[in-house]
Formats: sequence, C-alpha cells, structure tokens
Amino acid sequence: MDNNYFEIIRAGINTTFQDKGRGNLYHIGIPFSGAMDTRNFFLSNKLVSNKIDSPVIEFAYQGPLLKFKGDKINVAVTGDVIFKLKKKNIEIYGNCYESYQLEHGDEIDILSTNKSVYGYMAISGDLDLKFQWGSCSINTNARIGSNEGKKLAIGQKINISKINLNQTKKKIDYLNSKVENIRVIKGTNFNYFSNEGKKTFFENEFTVSKLSDRMGVRLEGPKIENIADTNIKSEGLIKGVIQVPGDGNPIIMLSDHGTIGGYPKIGVVASVDYDRLVQITPGSKIKFKEIELSDAETLFKLYEMETQNLISQI
Amino acid sequence: MLKNISNLGDAALYCDFGNEVNKDINSEVINFFKSIKEKNIKGIINLTPSYNKLIVSYDLRVTNFKEIKKIIENLNINETQKTINKKLEIPVCCDSLFSLDIERLEKKLNLNKEKILENFFNKEYFCYMTGFIAGMPFLGDLDKNLRVQRLETPRVKVPKGSVGLTEQFANIYTFESPGGWNIIGNTPINIFDSLKEKEPNLINPGDLVSFKQITLDKYKNYNG
Repeated sequence: MDNNYFEIIRAGINTTFQDKGRGNLYHIGIPFSGAMDTRNFFLSNKLVSNKIDSPVIEFAYQGPLLKFKGDKINVAVTGDVIFKLKKKNIEIYGNCYESYQLEHGDEIDILSTNKSVYGYMAISGDLDLKFQWGSCSINTNARIGSNEGKKLAIGQKINISKINLNQTKKKIDYLNSKVENIRVIKGTNFNYFSNEGKKTFFENEFTVSKLSDRMGVRLEGPKIENIADTNIKSEGLIKGVIQVPGDGNPIIMLSDHGTIGGYPKIGVVASVDYDRLVQITPGSKIKFKEIELSDAETLFKLYEMETQNLISQI
Repeated sequence: MLKNISNLGDAALYCDFGNEVNKDINSEVINFFKSIKEKNIKGIINLTPSYNKLIVSYDLRVTNFKEIKKIIENLNINETQKTINKKLEIPVCCDSLFSLDIERLEKKLNLNKEKILENFFNKEYFCYMTGFIAGMPFLGDLDKNLRVQRLETPRVKVPKGSVGLTEQFANIYTFESPGGWNIIGNTPINIFDSLKEKEPNLINPGDLVSFKQITLDKYKNYNG
C-alpha cells in the first residue's frame, strides 16, 4: 500500500507541525518558531529512527485523535502526556518515550498533557509537508509554514510520503524535570527599574496567566517599578527576553514572538531553562533567579551534553 | 558609530549605536547588518537591525558570546555605501470605516481630520526597519504636529492593511495582529507575501515611501 496517512478525527487545542524552525529572517520580521521544547522534539524523532530534527506533531494540552490508514508504522510520544492506543480488540494506555507500531485502522488518542503544556508525536518516516524558508514549522499568527500556516483541523489528512524501513521498537527511561526557579541573566534595561523593582522581580513569585501561547508567557504578580521610561525605542528581541510594559507585569518572549519590541528588557531567561519554562502551565507560580553569563553558558553546555547522551542511548 | 557591544542573555550580542534615531545612525546599523550577513559567520542564526541597535543571535550549541564578540569586533565593515532607495507609493483609504483612531488623534493633536490627513499625505517617509510582525515597515519621520503615544490599551486585533501612527513613525499592519498604534486608514495593497520567499517584503529598510489617499470606491475595486 503506498497510500499511508493519518486521518484527524479530533484536532486538539493547538496542534501544529514543527521542526527546528527557520533562521536568518528576524530582519524581515519573521520569528524563529520551531518546536517549543527542543529536547522532547529531538527525543521523539530518535525513538522512531528519524533524523532528530525531522518534522513532528506538536500539541498543547489536549492533543489529536488520529486514525492510521496504510502499512505498519511506528509512532512515539514525548513530554508528560496521557495517551491511548486503540487497536482492533484492545485499548491500552501508552507510555511516553516508547515507540508503538500502528496498523491499518489503529488509532492514537492523545488525551492530554499532564501538568505541562507541550507534547510531541513523531511518526517513523517522511511527512508530506510544504516547507517555507527551509522549515515546516507552522506560525499561525503570520500564517507561515506547512498546512497554509494554520493549526491542524478535524477531517484533514497527515500524509506520509515514505515510511522508514527501520521499524524496531525503541524506548528510554526519562522523566521530565521541573524547575523551581527560572534562571535569568540581567537585561539591557535592567537599570530602568528601581532597587525596589529589581527586588520585586527576583524575590516574589509570579503567576503564569491564561493569556500565554507560543508567542509569549504573560505573568501576573506584584508590579515591577520602573524609574526611567516604560517605553524604549523599538529594537530586536530574542526568545527568552523578559519585557516589562507600563502596567508592570512581565512578559516572556517565546518561539513565535514579535521580532522587535518597545518595552524595557529586565532580563533574559538562560537557554538552559527554556525547554522547561515553556512547559509551565497557566496558574502555576514561577520565581526568577539571577545568574551570570558564564554560569549560564556552563549550565547550557551540561544540559546539551545530557540531551546528546539521552539521544545516544536510544 | 558602534558604541558598545554587550550580551543579551546567553545567546545574543547587543550592538548599541546610541540612543538617537536618525537616518545617519540607522544607515550605519543597516550597513553593519549587511556586512555581517554577507560573511555567513558560523553560529550566527539571526540579525535584527533596528533604529539604532543591532542584535546578533547565535546558536549556543556552536559558539558563545566571547567568540562572536571577537569576530564582530575584528570584522571589516564595508564603507557605508549609498544605498539606492527604492521609491514606493502606497494607496490608503481614510474612510471612517478604516480611520479607527481619528477622533482620538483629533483630540490629542488638537487638529481636525482634514488637517491631520493633509500633514500625513504631504510627506515622504524613510523605512528604518521591518519587523515586529512579518514585513511591517517602520516609517519616519512624521510631521512634528502628528506625534502621539501608543493607545493606552492596545487592540487585540488590528485589521490587516491598517496604517498607524505612533511618535515619529507610521507603520502598516501586514496582517491582522494585536497592536497599539493610532489607526488612520487602510491600504488594499499586500505589504507582505509569504509565497515570495526571496522577497516577501514590499517595503525594505532604506526605501522611500509616500502615501496616496484613495476613495472608498477605489479601495473596494482595487486590484494590483
């Protein structure tokens, strides 16, 4: 059978195709995008014998319900996710970080993420997707990427152009760790804030608001006092930048962020904590901890070694 | 002149060209940006020029702050070339259907609609940068008597094609997006086209833009 595809029976809340994202476009206003949680993205691909930066399905909170039509194919789910596999006579809960083989007519039902936001499903093979600027990543705001830049919808098909020959079952023991403190490097406008304001930022807890998405995390908590100006001349942003607008509530830029912004930057989230930051659910509390650049670099190196180590164990 | 290079987090360089916003400083930024881009430096994944800053983001898996800073400091920056400015005329309809914030502007500026539009359409603007959302051009400088702050509460949805004012700049919303600029009209022209991968932006930094007022009738029947 050369017609292999998944039928989307339920799309989920925000289900998109993502890969490593697209670079070198900030200057024309196009953000990086790509999988929010890079480590889980890499691991999902390795579990189904794909190249680690192949396109995957990213979902937030409730995932999709997919019915497979075609030859045998492996799938793997990563993150902290509750999902079921529905085969002819049997229905089982699946484990994350373990590949499963699906046959014609089988379904995978990704019920929800568990105390986290994003999960990933990798499919063993090449998905039939349109690439824009070298990436399939869907940016729903700019309508860029595969699927005409829109999130996946009920009734659509996910076509597989080529199934991997290697369909061996793979698994790894892995538990997503949670961070208590988000480590932050001082931002370029750190001195726009009063001593009291800086203290507020580092010593208090902030609540993740419901208005958080792939563009940014909005936080609620004590107001951070600005003593200079609540606007700056608009300038470039990168993911992890924490801006504090006039209302004193910090906003953290995430992968689909606007490329330039005009609010003072109090800090930038250290790269080592980015994967875990994006997984913090609305309503949760977070606290910031200041670290130096050199420590941030060392910690990221260790985190990256750990990621590579996990990949090589699969 | 590049005044200082510092770090923005652990994966970007912050190149500071001062606090002033004018065409000369902006041209230096654009020149610096082009020189770095041309050299395809390993590890650099994005460059964001703005009025008076340039942000160089890099892949922390490949390089780090010290390495990239050294490369940038020792770089031969091309002599400022006089960029050939492309001239564009953008049609804008200011029917009350589109001029969402005209009453606010009338109050804040103490001018009537006719006077505001006369001032706006009488000038040629320079594109300082593009961004925030894909292809959005930041155009300056507005006449001194047209300068106002952003809306106190930004709109959740600004319609595609909206032409807005804030401080010394005008911009165009290339697609529907949240935003806080004072909207005076709407253009039927597509400013950003993602299907044109090579040149998705109609307006680029250094371009000169003037606006031409069109009637609602013309707006509705506009085709190319």
